[in-house]
Amino acid sequence: MLDLYTRRRLTNALSLGISVLAMLFGLFWLGWILWTLLEHGLPGLGAHVFTQTTPAPGSSGGLINAIFGSVMMTSVAVLIGTPIGILAGTYLAEFGQRGWLAPLTRFINDILLSAPSIVIGLFVYEVYVVKVGHFAGWGGALALSIIVIPVVIRTTENMLRLIPNSLREAAAAIGAPQWKIITFVTLRAARAGILTGILLAIARISGETAPLLFTSLNNQFWSSNMNQPMANLPVVIFQFAMSPYEDWHSLAWAGALLITMSVLTLNIVARVLFRQKTNSQ
Amino acid sequence: MSAEQIISAPKLIVRDLNFYYGADRALKDINLVIPEKMVTAFIGPSGCGKSTLLRTFNRMYQLYPKQRATGEILMDGQNLLDKKQDLNNLRAKVGMVFQKPTPFPMSIYDNIAFGVKLYENLSRHDMDARVEWALKKAALWNEVKDKMKQSGTGLSGGQQQRLCIARAIAVKPQVLLLDEPTSALDPISTAHIEKLIDELKKDFTIVIVTHNMQQAARVSDFTAYMYLGDLIEFGDTSTVFTNPKRKETEDYITGRFG
Repeated sequence: MLDLYTRRRLTNALSLGISVLAMLFGLFWLGWILWTLLEHGLPGLGAHVFTQTTPAPGSSGGLINAIFGSVMMTSVAVLIGTPIGILAGTYLAEFGQRGWLAPLTRFINDILLSAPSIVIGLFVYEVYVVKVGHFAGWGGALALSIIVIPVVIRTTENMLRLIPNSLREAAAAIGAPQWKIITFVTLRAARAGILTGILLAIARISGETAPLLFTSLNNQFWSSNMNQPMANLPVVIFQFAMSPYEDWHSLAWAGALLITMSVLTLNIVARVLFRQKTNSQ
Repeated sequence: MSAEQIISAPKLIVRDLNFYYGADRALKDINLVIPEKMVTAFIGPSGCGKSTLLRTFNRMYQLYPKQRATGEILMDGQNLLDKKQDLNNLRAKVGMVFQKPTPFPMSIYDNIAFGVKLYENLSRHDMDARVEWALKKAALWNEVKDKMKQSGTGLSGGQQQRLCIARAIAVKPQVLLLDEPTSALDPISTAHIEKLIDELKKDFTIVIVTHNMQQAARVSDFTAYMYLGDLIEFGDTSTVFTNPKRKETEDYITGRFG
């Protein structure tokens, strides 16, 4: 029989070993994905990607119209979704202590948060695309904003709940009305966290394909008209990767690499911001 | 002899005050007089209701739906618990400093100016003067005068607490409530704050809740000993500490209990 101390050390070493193995297993696939992306994406990534529009098969071209369309639709989606999300999240955190409206909203928001994005795409197709009669950039932005809203609501509420009540009490104790407590004290104290949430929402929608397939579809040419079908990276990647053409494959890889890198950058920025916040307190 | 007879100039008169957390009765028929421009300390073991009592003076409990108070708290003849009493006006007159330092997420200057702006429309020059006055009163001016634009959260714990005191007095309240203001601080910062309390009582009526009996003995003129929601004894501090009338008080201050 081993003595107690040795047994504890062995158990510790064993559980540490299993944990490290599990981490390595996860990292391995992540590393492989990144490696594959770099291997196939980097050769196709050149100045032409950022200067030319998507080509017909067999001719040369780039992704500029898809990049522009993605940036446009993502920006509009964030502009629509962020204010709604922050306001609703503030309501849940600061006023949602009593009554039935807040728990109901929180429940619906949780469903929305985990709703398959293709359902959201179909929904916007039904209520918008069918009504206007054609695919359009606005539809894509709308579908993406519906994905943004629950993410921002959730992070805003969580971040505001992290603010200790003592800070609210302190602001109330000098006689600040509730709207001033919220705008000048609690939202300010939570701003880094809320910003992180917005960045994560952007990261989340920048790779969404399904909601765009039903709404903005695609456009082979340069178009900045949000009332027309609009090119975007995920759908272009989908279409090009499914095609039999070698140069389309190469562009699809380049697009996939672009999305991954921008999501990675956003995540790093979000982490740095959040770390600054926690350090200062 | 009732407390009202001892005190010639009462600032706050508490009459038949009861306080409820939901169905729990946390304060039982409290009758008490807080003298003007003196320091009154509330002592007692955890859960005795001393913080609860303090928080009725500015109706802090109203942030929470299930808490309520009955009875009367008179300040200058007005009942603070009256529904018609404007909360923000009340809190301009009754300031509060909390156990943990709570600087707002803004610059040192704005931390002070935030409260002042709620009630007064001062010119830039007058506001600068007010901020300087409050920081000097709180004995913090010399340490922060060159970094007014820096965040208040970057100061040390003791400095943050003095910033909170400066913020509370910048509004020029009549009463200052201190809820265990030094329990999160080191001895040097504590000494700073105690010296400050002595200074501040020239201008303000101060009520302090403390777990530290030596502190109560050092800084206060009057002391109230509370236990399980009852006010057991109230009197001038030297009497309460050297010659308490009640056996319970004696047991507590001599450390046999609590």
